[in-house]
Amino acid sequence: MSRANTLNRRAVVAALLVERGDLLVVAGLGAPNWDVTATGDNPLTFPLWGAMGSAAMVGLGLALAQPRRDVLVLTGDGELLMGLGSLASIGVQRPANLTVAVLDNEAYGETGMQPTHTAHGVDLAAIAVGCGFARSETVREMTAVEALRTRLRARQGPLFAQIKIAADAPPLVMPPRDGALLKNRFRAALVGPEAALA
Amino acid sequence: MSAAQAEDWPADIHAALKAAQVKQVAYVPDAGHARLIKLCAGDNAMRMVPLTTEEEGVALAAGAWLGGERAVLLMQSSGVGNCINTLSLMATCQFPFLTIVTMRGEFGEFNPWQVPMGIATPGTLELANVIVHRAGEPARVGDTVAGAARLAFSSYAAVAVLLPQQLIGAKTFGK
Repeated sequence: MSRANTLNRRAVVAALLVERGDLLVVAGLGAPNWDVTATGDNPLTFPLWGAMGSAAMVGLGLALAQPRRDVLVLTGDGELLMGLGSLASIGVQRPANLTVAVLDNEAYGETGMQPTHTAHGVDLAAIAVGCGFARSETVREMTAVEALRTRLRARQGPLFAQIKIAADAPPLVMPPRDGALLKNRFRAALVGPEAALA
Repeated sequence: MSAAQAEDWPADIHAALKAAQVKQVAYVPDAGHARLIKLCAGDNAMRMVPLTTEEEGVALAAGAWLGGERAVLLMQSSGVGNCINTLSLMATCQFPFLTIVTMRGEFGEFNPWQVPMGIATPGTLELANVIVHRAGEPARVGDTVAGAARLAFSSYAAVAVLLPQQLIGAKTFGK
């Protein structure tokens, strides 16, 4: 096992999303979805309830479509591990406006806290470096979280952050479950009402 | 239309995708898609997104639509199996989805390892809520893709166009 991880996941996500303004957020299934929703239900968040492994690629498609907006994918270690090749595909495109931040508790939190590969030392930040991310880091301090919040607005991506958090399970805070609603309100908030007439 | 033009079905697919304003072209290469990939790569209005596995393209298409763009996924029939769980995203959220699938494991197949997924491809797509069209005649391929694109992007449907081996030619392995 790696060294003790003490960062509180809700505090990390709250710090990343404070005064989020026009930031576009994709939340991976499970706890990252609840963490993001705990900061407030927002139409410019697309929270995934399924399709495990797809959060980073949803973020890539969005970032390519909206190069003038900043896109943050917030997901878990287990979710990212299921779509690890996504990091290579992002590395080919290198969108400056995309950040992938992994809330890494080294466990499958929704299924009984079984250890993930990161508990055994698999280094996601190193993989992101190898995939060509402009910057990649392992984050263990709140000061680094705050720096990441500033950096993800600087259009110098793609950025990757593996944020080592404590393996606790704060209360569930759920967004709507209706996928069509989540999609349509996101498009309306981003593209405008004409999105429904496209 | 001359016979030569009628047989340039990859150019017809490219024209149909362009007319449908497809901007993101996600793909895992297949020999049957080689000319189309080249045509799309030469088009400044299209962004090529090579994938490591096909389900990445399903998620990419969802993200593109969230951002106001249209995507297509080009793949071989063996990649359809990789997409199954991610296709739940399209069904649950009613995302438009367009994929063009070159078939293996059917007519004239030399490699037995291609057969199980080739045979299962149409049924797999249908079970995953994807509408399946097949474009076997060279002269009809462009129209079929144009119709599939309209169905996908105007009616928020998931649509696959299968290109059979009679159209693309079976891979011979020099035999």
